[in-house]
Amino acid sequence: MITAANLFGLCAAALIGLGLFGLITNPHPLRKILAFNIIGSGVFLLFGVIAYRGAGAGMAADPVPQALLITGIVVAFSATALAVALLLRLHDETGSASLSAEATDTESRAEQDTPSS
Amino acid sequence: MTELGSLALVLAVLLPFLGVLAGLVLGGRNVRAVALITILAGLAVVVSSAFSFVQSAQPLTYLLGAWAPPLGIALRADGLSVAMMLAVAVVVAGIAAYAWSDFAPPADGVEKRAPFMYWLLLLAVWGSLNLVFLSGDLFTLYVALELLTFSGVPLVCLDGRGETLRSALRYLLFALAGSLLYLLGAVLLYGAYGTLDIALLAGLVRPGPIAWTAAALMTVGLLAKTALFPLHIWLPPAHAGAPAAGSAILSALVIKGSWFLVVRLWFDVMPGVVTLSSAQLLAAMGALAILVGSIVALRQQRLKLLVAYSTVAQIGYLFLMFPLAFDASGAILINGAALDAGVLQASAHATAKAGMFMAAGLIYASLGHDRIADLAGVARAMPITVLAFAVAGLALMGVVPSGAYLAKKLLLDAAGESGQWWWTVVLQGGAAFTAGYMVLVLVSVFRRPSVPVVLLKRASRLSEAAALSLAVCSLLLALAALGPVPGDLISNPLAPKELLSTLAVVVGGGLLAFGLSRRSLSAVAAADDGYVRRIMGPAGAVFERMDEFARRWTSASVLLLSLAGLFTWLMIKGVAG
Repeated sequence: MITAANLFGLCAAALIGLGLFGLITNPHPLRKILAFNIIGSGVFLLFGVIAYRGAGAGMAADPVPQALLITGIVVAFSATALAVALLLRLHDETGSASLSAEATDTESRAEQDTPSS
Repeated sequence: MTELGSLALVLAVLLPFLGVLAGLVLGGRNVRAVALITILAGLAVVVSSAFSFVQSAQPLTYLLGAWAPPLGIALRADGLSVAMMLAVAVVVAGIAAYAWSDFAPPADGVEKRAPFMYWLLLLAVWGSLNLVFLSGDLFTLYVALELLTFSGVPLVCLDGRGETLRSALRYLLFALAGSLLYLLGAVLLYGAYGTLDIALLAGLVRPGPIAWTAAALMTVGLLAKTALFPLHIWLPPAHAGAPAAGSAILSALVIKGSWFLVVRLWFDVMPGVVTLSSAQLLAAMGALAILVGSIVALRQQRLKLLVAYSTVAQIGYLFLMFPLAFDASGAILINGAALDAGVLQASAHATAKAGMFMAAGLIYASLGHDRIADLAGVARAMPITVLAFAVAGLALMGVVPSGAYLAKKLLLDAAGESGQWWWTVVLQGGAAFTAGYMVLVLVSVFRRPSVPVVLLKRASRLSEAAALSLAVCSLLLALAALGPVPGDLISNPLAPKELLSTLAVVVGGGLLAFGLSRRSLSAVAAADDGYVRRIMGPAGAVFERMDEFARRWTSASVLLLSLAGLFTWLMIKGVAG
């Protein structure tokens, strides 16, 4: 039966699924950061639904998850800010914004081969 | 419960963060002094809370704002958290002594970013870890875990080179994926039981689809943050690229935070929900970590990468205790000897690995490189550093009376009692691998150099002393820990039986190093590649391929999700069967 809670729950699941797909398949770090935020939104929506349902506490609408949610959003925001800052620095330093392991490997091999003084 | 004792819990979390704020305000010229004062005060607080825990002989609790759970938040200290807090405080003090001259305030008055940030991040890591050890509810633990990641990631790219920035970003993104899985699990638990307080939840939680899913998601998310094989995508480049004082923090301390959370989750929140078969999977991942991590370590050409891969292997040890901690019927996890062994192992590894990374860092700084092939003559040029490295290696191998030895002994007993002989094999074989990469490095540093070793700069005495004393701490840990464990566990290190087993381990390790390392060990072996190397060389390459595959982003994240599925399935099946 489609109730409001079920509908929002399904939306949350869909968001988490979309985000996970993006996190795995997109090679670009900025898109990974966006995907992380989409998963985050899904989890927060799920938490909202749980608050709306009254959770296990048996209240009509549970205020505790909302307080936790706000903290969660702050944490996710700081994580995003840190990741974007790192990405910008990476681009400034190397001129590319790629995470690819091959690039890292050749770089470290090159460093191994040239004797540094 | 004494008032003073529980106040110490708040201070243990608060002091490091106050130090961070004070350092931020007072600036780069004073930050080192602020860190010193904070660390001394923090040590006193941790020791005093340990004392009041021992006196009261029951867990200490502090209710924030005097609000009781489920609405309020509690800080709790049980034996587990007090032991870990003590170990971490000792390691933090050691690391600070090591970094004292490396990250000195600038002499010319111009503030530099790296030394300033280093001290702030060290304090932040310490505060977050204390919060991880003390939090009494799953959401505060989530916040603590994120704080730990946020303070750990910048340590990786302290020098700001492009390569390290890339490793830092990889670390951050993978860790974030892990923490979202953890948060999702916590949200599901709240939805089902209406509380996240550990003590309340432990009484409410029942095996069922929601509890299983939550347990699997949270466990896998935490494993991604701990970098247990095959989820170690970020660890080797991050730990090898960071400055040595940073690697020591990352390798000795940061990964212990998420490991501790797995322990809390399995032992305190849902000991009856997780099943023996899922614990076997956890330990199997640990065994694989030991195997692949050690073999890839043997094939490294740079010392810091070797130490980083040995961390991958050592993380495996921390998970071997899970299947050994079940009661006789295999239905429920119990706080017993196996858990003691796990905590002991974590402390032993924290001290030894910090010492090892410090020694590697000193060698790197003095020579300007850390190519293992070109380390000849270092033993004569830097005897104390090499001694620290060797002692740390002996401690990791589990030579009497190191903490790792006592832990191994406890786990072997548990394995014998529960008839799980296969973990006996892993525990004994793992030491040989550790001996292998120790032999590899030591043979290299003791070789006679063709040209005299030129040191770019002399290592500071304080740094060398810090590395050596942490390594010695780990080697003598069993003696310190003897209080709570029966005394007949320690045998005389010079007894023929112990000497023989140590000798067997070292010889086995030497053979492994000889067969698997990329280049011939010494002039004797250099003559030509014997059949041993011809067989074992390609085998080693296969393990390197495995490691490379697991460290690709796509395979790592697919592995992450499949492991979550596998854990859920094993928990469902374990109950049905």
